[in-house]
Amino acid sequence: MNGLRIDSYEKVWMLASGVLLAVFLVAVAASVFQGFSLPGDEPRLDPTRTMVDPPFAQPAVVERAPGRYDAYVRVQIWAFVPNEIKVPAGSSVTFYLTSPDVQHGFMIERTNVNVMVLPGQVSKISARFDKPGEYLFVCHEYCGIGHHLMSGKVIVTPKS
Amino acid sequence: MEENAFRLEEKLTAWQIGIALGALFLGTWFGPLQVLEHAGLDLYGKLAPGIQSYYQGLSLHGVLNALVYTTFFISGFLTYTTVHSLQMKLRFPVVNVTGFLVMALGLVMAAIPLLLNQATVLYTFYPPLQASAFFYIGLTLVVVGSWIEAVGLFFTLAAWRKTHPQERTPFIAFGSVLTMAMWLIASLGLAAEMLFLLIPWSLGWVKGTDPLLGRTLFWFTGHPIVYFWLLPVYVSWYGMLPKQAGGKLFSDPLARLAFWLFLVLSIPVGLHHQFADPGIAPLWKGLHTILTFGVAFPSFMTAFTVIASLELGGRARGGTGLFGWIAKLPWSDPSFAAQALAMLIFAFGGIGGIINASYNMDLVVHNTLWIVGHFHLTVGAAVALSFIGITYWLVPHLTGKDLWSARAARVQVWSFAAAMTIFSASHHYVGFRYGVPRRTMLGAAPYFAPEWRPWLVVAAVGGILLWASLMLHFVLVIGTVFGSRKSAARVEMPVAEPLRASAETPAWLDTWVPWLVAAIALIVLSYGPPLAHMIATADLSSIGMRVW
Repeated sequence: MNGLRIDSYEKVWMLASGVLLAVFLVAVAASVFQGFSLPGDEPRLDPTRTMVDPPFAQPAVVERAPGRYDAYVRVQIWAFVPNEIKVPAGSSVTFYLTSPDVQHGFMIERTNVNVMVLPGQVSKISARFDKPGEYLFVCHEYCGIGHHLMSGKVIVTPKS
Repeated sequence: MEENAFRLEEKLTAWQIGIALGALFLGTWFGPLQVLEHAGLDLYGKLAPGIQSYYQGLSLHGVLNALVYTTFFISGFLTYTTVHSLQMKLRFPVVNVTGFLVMALGLVMAAIPLLLNQATVLYTFYPPLQASAFFYIGLTLVVVGSWIEAVGLFFTLAAWRKTHPQERTPFIAFGSVLTMAMWLIASLGLAAEMLFLLIPWSLGWVKGTDPLLGRTLFWFTGHPIVYFWLLPVYVSWYGMLPKQAGGKLFSDPLARLAFWLFLVLSIPVGLHHQFADPGIAPLWKGLHTILTFGVAFPSFMTAFTVIASLELGGRARGGTGLFGWIAKLPWSDPSFAAQALAMLIFAFGGIGGIINASYNMDLVVHNTLWIVGHFHLTVGAAVALSFIGITYWLVPHLTGKDLWSARAARVQVWSFAAAMTIFSASHHYVGFRYGVPRRTMLGAAPYFAPEWRPWLVVAAVGGILLWASLMLHFVLVIGTVFGSRKSAARVEMPVAEPLRASAETPAWLDTWVPWLVAAIALIVLSYGPPLAHMIATADLSSIGMRVW
């Protein structure tokens, strides 16, 4: 560093700051290597046809394999369709969400499911539900005057 | 220079600070209304038809406090710090005055639809919610006006450098102009969103728009805008506060290096606001995580240099021992106390920011009240409380009058810090613990859970205290302008001397081109591919909606 004088305490501080940030980054990277993923680049939809084309015209929960479900949810002003998703405990659920109108959000309490839902895009995110009970989900993006009315629940039934 | 050489600059600054404070005054009234609504007392019904909904109030609160107060305060403040620091008048005053007038015109254009419930789209105005075209055009004019003012400052600095070829730019002028340069590059995203998507669409020239592209262009500007708010505060913390504490700027070169790093790293980080978005490959979100951790580094540097500069002051004032110097700092000076408290609060805001920017942890807090707590610590306290502290010397300096009451100002500053701590801590907690959603009229939500209530009541206490503290701030400013006597000796702008003469600072820390090239290269690298993909696949078919 041509001509730059740095106090020795400050050098130690800068080094420690750099190390701290690097450690945080390694921790983030470790979660990715253990399989954590964010919603990504799914194929687009025509937002003007969301209400008429499958799968979002009649969104439903489908069992793909034993204990593995795909949940299609249409997020619209001001409701989730469907607003109850029933699965047995121990299920893995992959959610596919889109909006036919404005931007919305989708967050399920006590899980890491937290995505934006946009017209023309499909938000894909997965979660595993081991404990029976009801898990509230809400819209967390302002979407007009009825925004606070949007909620639903994942109902996890005891294993039969 | 003769007495009052900066008459025009002072006037220009005073106007902009005045408009900023007017906006903050209006916007502040909605804070208590929101926290009371969350706590179970909805007063919005009583305001109809003047203010028609919680969401209209929230839109006004966000736009006036976060966008208008900041932009006008900063444009005014940096105009003055630049000319004062260079000891040179504006090179082309007509440019700066034009910029200001364009900003003011834009403000009026945007304010009318906001007040008429024609722009209840919050301060992020995500399409396809569609506001009146006047709202978008008005905000665009505010941004363009700030660019014109920036260009006026570039001309001024260039003229100074021409006549002082061997000297280092004085630090305050350097930091001020760099802030405006960063803002000019950063706000290109917002300008593109307005000019290519929102304005033609809201005028009916094109039928639809692309929500993801709109969001992405918005966040291109939406993160660096927080550095546009923060860097003027850093100008004060590095360049002025050490003087107010009786110290010196501990390291002139590292202060400059931190600013250059902000120029380079502030912008290519915006995707960390879109971790939860569909339509963006995780690879790019990961890259923006790394760069966001990078932009934390100059803030760590700032913590050291600024605290070391204050320690020089505390020791010069007779403080001894490891921590004894802290008690010797001029805590009775409200301008100092405000900024020192702001700094303390910012430490917590910064830690929260690292959590939010973490690729994985963000999903725990995204769009919950935690985020509201976070930005009230950062822009609401670190930035706003510093601006308040600056106001307590700047208004006396500009008017030539004493601060109306130093004692009341001390009460104002400490109560603000305490109130913001209560407000933010409770918001962080309910957001993290229960995932309570932000931007939501919670009191009317059918899913409202009783365990949220006590925390939202605490938040309401904080919010109302904050409002009261800010009202005292306005009383102080108005009292100073209209009530105080002329000062015996003019309150001066504090200018901290560097510990080592800035002539020793290496020339590469006062050279613009390589840093600008690096900034642009990093933007192209981090935003180029995902934006190009998004533009190539753009689908302008989302129809505008007014559903409020």
